[in-house]
Amino acid sequence: MKPIVSNTKQDMIVKLENAHKIYTMGSQKVSALGGINISFSRGSFWAIMGFSGSGKSTMMNIIGCLDRLTHGRYLFKGKDISGHGDDALSDIRLNHLGFIFQSFNLIPQLTVQRNIELPLYYLGWDAIKSAAHARELAAMVSLEDRLAHRPAELSGGQMQRVAIARALATNPDLILADEPTGNLDSKTSQQIMELLTTFHKAGKTIIMVTHESHIAEYAQNRLYMKDGLIEQIKGNGYATD
Amino acid sequence: MQQIKFFRELTSGIQTLMLHKLRSFLTMLGVVFGVGSVVAMLAVGEGASKEALEQIKKLGSNNIIISSVKSMEEESSSTTRSFISIYGLTYQDHERIQESFSSVKKNVPVKLIRKESRLGHNSLELRVVGTSQQWFEVIPRELLGGRILTQTDMDKQSAVVVLTEFGARKLLAGMNTIGQSIRIGGDSFEVVGIIKSETGQAGAMQIPDRDIDAYVPITTAKTYFGDVTMKISSGSRLREKVELHQIIVQVEDTAKVEPTAEAIDRMMTLFHKKKDYQINVPLALLKQAEASKRTFNIVLGSIAGISLLVGGIGIMNIMLASVTERIREIGIRRAIGARRRQIIVQFLIEAVVLSTIGGFIGIALGITIPWLITLFAKMPTVITPTGLLLPLTVSIGIGIIFGLYPAARAARVDPIIALRHE
Repeated sequence: MKPIVSNTKQDMIVKLENAHKIYTMGSQKVSALGGINISFSRGSFWAIMGFSGSGKSTMMNIIGCLDRLTHGRYLFKGKDISGHGDDALSDIRLNHLGFIFQSFNLIPQLTVQRNIELPLYYLGWDAIKSAAHARELAAMVSLEDRLAHRPAELSGGQMQRVAIARALATNPDLILADEPTGNLDSKTSQQIMELLTTFHKAGKTIIMVTHESHIAEYAQNRLYMKDGLIEQIKGNGYATD
Repeated sequence: MQQIKFFRELTSGIQTLMLHKLRSFLTMLGVVFGVGSVVAMLAVGEGASKEALEQIKKLGSNNIIISSVKSMEEESSSTTRSFISIYGLTYQDHERIQESFSSVKKNVPVKLIRKESRLGHNSLELRVVGTSQQWFEVIPRELLGGRILTQTDMDKQSAVVVLTEFGARKLLAGMNTIGQSIRIGGDSFEVVGIIKSETGQAGAMQIPDRDIDAYVPITTAKTYFGDVTMKISSGSRLREKVELHQIIVQVEDTAKVEPTAEAIDRMMTLFHKKKDYQINVPLALLKQAEASKRTFNIVLGSIAGISLLVGGIGIMNIMLASVTERIREIGIRRAIGARRRQIIVQFLIEAVVLSTIGGFIGIALGITIPWLITLFAKMPTVITPTGLLLPLTVSIGIGIIFGLYPAARAARVDPIIALRHE
């Protein structure tokens, strides 16, 4: 598979320009991102790596529209969303993003089906349509026989598959995976990564944060961060200007 | 679409509450007892005041009752062996009222005389009421048999009597009723009718009729029994001359009752040197009763308000705990793309579901308690639609008000921190 490298705006899902994030802790100012410039193109699979405190989580939160930049610009699908308000960012998360977390983050009192349906519910889909779609998604992650179960009755790998199904429910432009295998054993980790690879091959754009290099191997592009800056970019055919 | 969404919010809210059945139930109890006590208290209050109002209405809300009373001076002078004491309302008073006030529709003279009556072996101490046929219009009671007094009876001074059901049972037991002759004092009277009677006290006033009444034409009473009565008190014999014991005036318009009563009072003072009469206005009592009912309702409302407030605080407390407990869930929902408003709605619905279900259980409780009170304490209770709808509405409102702050707190949660929360 040939990685897509293009500088035209349309093909860039995420573009950060001189991205700064400064946290104020008491009187002290801590710079989490110190002026980052990077683009992530449609259809790519990225791994963001780095030690804790390197700024990779902050970057993930910024990209995931959960946090806002202090300075600089964030272009999502070519549109500057740096100044967007809370509701507008919520709408971007709902319509364009899918999240996968280290600790799965399923809602415990809801069944597998209801968990998968959750984004559709906020999109305002009717119950019958979203139930049918949830069954399709469950089948894609081989959990069609677990729809009525609650998260507590599932194994870690199964829970992460539910989370993946939920992340895919709205057919998002970008999947954000934050240490998706952090809580899984190596065999299950491999299964999850293979599943993600399948979806990537089907055309999904994935940005993943990890600190395990063998997990990062699944991604075509790897971005190493240190002290809030990009240290190094490795990857097949990424043009580093 | 919006309805379907609301319905789903509702069902998922109920499902969440069902996860903690005991906790949800305990949270509800505050509202349950709040609403229950309000409904019950309103029912008891309504029952008590309704009884009082009905009693007062029996006096007639358009009536003015003027009664003869022995003035204080007369009372003291009579002990100084005065031969005869003369006081009270006169036939002239009755005529003056008739002539002076156009608002007076009916004007009933009443003469009251205690007399022993007999029929065969039966005897009964009667209160002979000498009056006109208008008595029966001013104090309407059910006619059980025969007829009431007529103008012809007045004109002819007929020796006829209308008995009460009680009197008829005592005197006429086992005999013919209508047409029977009985002896009252030394004279023979024909029983022409039997009516029901009401007894009791309404507010500060005796209801005009009694069980032991025997109604005779006033003309007859005057001729047969005269105006002078003999009283034996503390060893001394005392003679009293009272022409009329009561005048019952009925006014055509309720609005004119009180002005007419005042005007009658002014006129009476011109002709009575001593204050030997008393004017009672049932309407004033009625107004007084209604005013005290309002006060009662305000007191009830305050108690109810406080108990519902306590219920509301209980809900707020649990909802705040729930927000803290479910902070991660809030983070997940926000990350997925829920807007702040949607989080508010979710938590608000849970609070309102709690308070509404609590309200309904409270109503069930509030209906049961008055029922038990009526059953065991024989106290009248009345449940009005307002008495149910008001507490229910308030309980729903409580859910909204006390759910708002926890819901707003939930919506303010930072999703990044919430997702990291263990």
